[in-house]
Formats: sequence, C-alpha cells, structure tokens
Amino acid sequence: MSTVWLVVLVVGIATVALKATGPVLLGDRELPEPVARVAALLAPVLLSALVVTQTVGGDNELVLDARLAGVGAGAVAIAARAPLPAVVVIAALATAITRLLV
Amino acid sequence: MSSAASISELRYRDGVRAAIAVAATVWFFGASFGLVARAAGMGVLAPLVLSATTFAGSAQFALTSILGAGGGAAAAIVAAVLLNTRYAPISISVASLFRGPRLRRLVESQLIVDESWALASRGGGRFDRRLLLGAGLLLYVAWLSGTAVGVLAGDALGNPKDLGLDGAFPALFLALLVPQLRAPRAVLAALVGGAIALVLIPFTPPGTPIVAASLACLLGLRRSDA
Repeated sequence: MSTVWLVVLVVGIATVALKATGPVLLGDRELPEPVARVAALLAPVLLSALVVTQTVGGDNELVLDARLAGVGAGAVAIAARAPLPAVVVIAALATAITRLLV
Repeated sequence: MSSAASISELRYRDGVRAAIAVAATVWFFGASFGLVARAAGMGVLAPLVLSATTFAGSAQFALTSILGAGGGAAAAIVAAVLLNTRYAPISISVASLFRGPRLRRLVESQLIVDESWALASRGGGRFDRRLLLGAGLLLYVAWLSGTAVGVLAGDALGNPKDLGLDGAFPALFLALLVPQLRAPRAVLAALVGGAIALVLIPFTPPGTPIVAASLACLLGLRRSDA
C-alpha cells in the first residue's frame, strides 16, 4: 500500500472513531475530573501549535516569509471582530501582496 | 400545524441557515485542500476519501503538508490523529444529543466538526441537536464538493501560494484559537504548547512539534484555582 493511502485510511478510521466516541460509547457518562481537565486543553494547545508551525515552519528550519504578514493582518482582523470568512480573505490577500512586493 | 411542530421542523433549517457563511469559507478551504493535496502528490481519489471520512480541515492540511515535505507516514498519522483527538472530548460534550441505534449514532456523529459544534452551542455547556446536525450536513457537503473541485480543477485555480493561501491557514487557526482562550489556564497552555512547537521546529521531523506541544495539556492535571 502506498504511503498516501496508508495515511488516508488510518487517519480516516481514527477520526470516525474519535467523533463517535461520545455518541456511541459514553452516552451521558462523564469523564473522570482530571481527564476532563486535560482534554479541555487539547483544542487551545493544538491550535496554538498549528498556528506556530504553519506560520514559521519549514523543512527542519524556521522560515520567516510572507505568511507572517498574512497572520499579522489576520490577527488585526480578528481583533476588529471581523467574521471568519473576512479574516481568511484578508490574511490570504496580505500574504499574496507581501509575496509580490518582497 | 402546531407551533411546537413548526419550531422543530424549522430548527434543522436554522442550523443550515446559521452555517451558510461559514460553509462558503469551508467550501473555499475544501477547494484549497484539494489543490494542495494534488500538489503534494496525493492524487485524485485519496484526498476525496480523506475529506469524506476525516472531515477536519486542520488535520487534513497538517498531514498533507507533512507528506508534501517528505515527513513520512508515521509523522503524518500521529500529527493528524493528535490534531483530531480533540474530537473525543468534543463528541463527549454533545453525546446526550444522539439517540437510537448505535449505527445511527455513529453516522450522525460524523457531522461533528469544530464549526457545527461551535454553532450549536447554547452556552453553559448545552448544545442543540438540530443546529448541530443541520449545520454539520451543510458543512460536510461544502467540504466534500470543495475538495472535488480543488482536486479536479486545481490547475485552473492557480498556485495556492500565489493566492496567499499558505498564510490564510494559520490565520484561520488563530481565529479558531481565540475563542478557546477564555480561561487563564487555556491561555497558559496555548502559550506553552506554541513555545514547545516553535523550539522543536528546527530540530525534529515535520509533525513532531505539534505532537510534542500536546504535552502542554498536562497543565490540566493541576487542580483549578478558579
């Protein structure tokens, strides 16, 4: 099996199972308190790590390029309470324009 | 028609309606994903199967970028699965909305995605089933049809870098991160996780920084002082 299909199948099956965890397995049962506190931090931690790696991540090196301008413009839009589609378009535009100019 | 019936009939539609603007973005990102996946050498069918089964943008983009950078299957799988691990607690938070046979609950639970979950939140940890499923269905259709257009008409859409899409992704993740930062502990954990990822980028294979950053979740083991 190719690397691509291996990844697609494993991730697909795992994600289906993860999304079904609560509805299929647990129903109304609650997580033990310490586990719930750890799980509650997964989303902010993983999203934060993703922002970092997608902004300055390269092939085994830190890369400072037009993406920084895009994220910066996106952050300003977020602070101004722009809706999600506007944040995305503004960040893309800022990245594309910076890449053209620099 | 009784008013109760009309309310319950309307509310799946309310979910669809609430998600229309977000669905446009999701379609756009689905097309971007198809484009990027094609460029990363994933072919036509694999990205579609991935969108149909995984239906989670951040994990799909992460594994695509790792594969495209030659990061290997293990790093791609671990990063994507770890990114989607949040769906265990997310699905647990809405577990009581799902009824009937297990197979039906399994199928319906696949409509859980960050955006449908957020749109269905009624505050105080309560969620609305019809908003969740109505929004989720529209977003699923948008994601899959966007992916199809991206992989098939990818060349017509141009180079994603020329469109600045590589800068749009981290901005989208930032926009999804900000609403998560209400509690001081979440802010601290996000900072620690981001710092771990930043420090590890030069020294580890692609995907590893995100995996290692998840250790910051252990801050949750401390008892809440709030």
